Amino acid sequence: MTMLAAILALAAGTYLIRLSGAVLRNRITLTPRAEAVLKAGAVVVLLALAATSTLLVEGAWAGWALPAGVLVGTALAWRKAPLAVVVIAAAATTALLRLAGIA
Amino acid sequence: MSPRFLPERDRDIYRDATAMSIGICIVGVSFGALATAAGLPWWIPVGMSLLTYAATSQFAMLAVVLAGGGLIAGLAAGVLVHLRHIPYGLAVGDLYWGRWWTRLLGTFMLIDQSTAFALAAGADRRRAKTAYWVTTTIMFVAWNAGTLIGVLAGGFIPDPDVFGLDAAFPALLIALVLPSLKDRDTLLAVLAGAAVAVATAPFLPTGLPVLVALLGLLATWPRRGRKAASE
Repeated sequence: MTMLAAILALAAGTYLIRLSGAVLRNRITLTPRAEAVLKAGAVVVLLALAATSTLLVEGAWAGWALPAGVLVGTALAWRKAPLAVVVIAAAATTALLRLAGIA
Repeated sequence: MSPRFLPERDRDIYRDATAMSIGICIVGVSFGALATAAGLPWWIPVGMSLLTYAATSQFAMLAVVLAGGGLIAGLAAGVLVHLRHIPYGLAVGDLYWGRWWTRLLGTFMLIDQSTAFALAAGADRRRAKTAYWVTTTIMFVAWNAGTLIGVLAGGFIPDPDVFGLDAAFPALLIALVLPSLKDRDTLLAVLAGAAVAVATAPFLPTGLPVLVALLGLLATWPRRGRKAASE
């Protein structure tokens, strides 16, 4: 019973968080510059998420395999490879390095 | 390769989202299996994936609960790592702000990937909308199917790290936002923000470093001021 309440609370909490940004945005009229800043803000958060989950696992150095895979993916994205290729190459690099015993 | 009925101009969106969904599905399997293996009844992981649809929040809550931290602490961890969706909603929240039901549904479907895909469409609003809905719908199906498979598979817990899926996610995000980094201000903000996030991550609770990264926007302030003055 308490577990059910906890699940519903997490669902409600995450929904309210998702709602707050959109409600705020649609309440104010944005200048093109303000809109550019908001978009840049989301890009900053997405990239920060990518950076932290590449370099760190639970607050400590993630090891070499993970950043190496992400680096390969980034290089391919830089050369305008299709997204599916980027993602699969990144995963394969990391998986193979781990298979070879490199953490 | 893509079925005929899909509109030609957006085929790449369907293709990329489908490729990505395989990884999400496997992560979902591990979520379902992890929860079941820990002795939780089947409806808990299934209900969480269906109602919350937020992988990091669900894993955060599950980890705390399984470690014996209690439901309240688990809930707090789950909500904390979700706060990054506030800047997401601010950035793409207009894309689904049409009828009341698209607002309700679009809000629920706001995730890292749908935000990144929508932003990658740039100024093309029609494509941004399509990218948002297509990616998030495919992800939703993959995530919930994965969770269900994980629950049914019982004791078998796949480790997503073995497949390198932990590298696939950041690579995807980087690839999607790469075009927007042509803008110097954005690039500056992103580099500063990523540095702040990585530097603070060892000390701050999970979920906060990526928000502190928003300070990176300040790095562009002097430039913006100068640009405005010269205009």
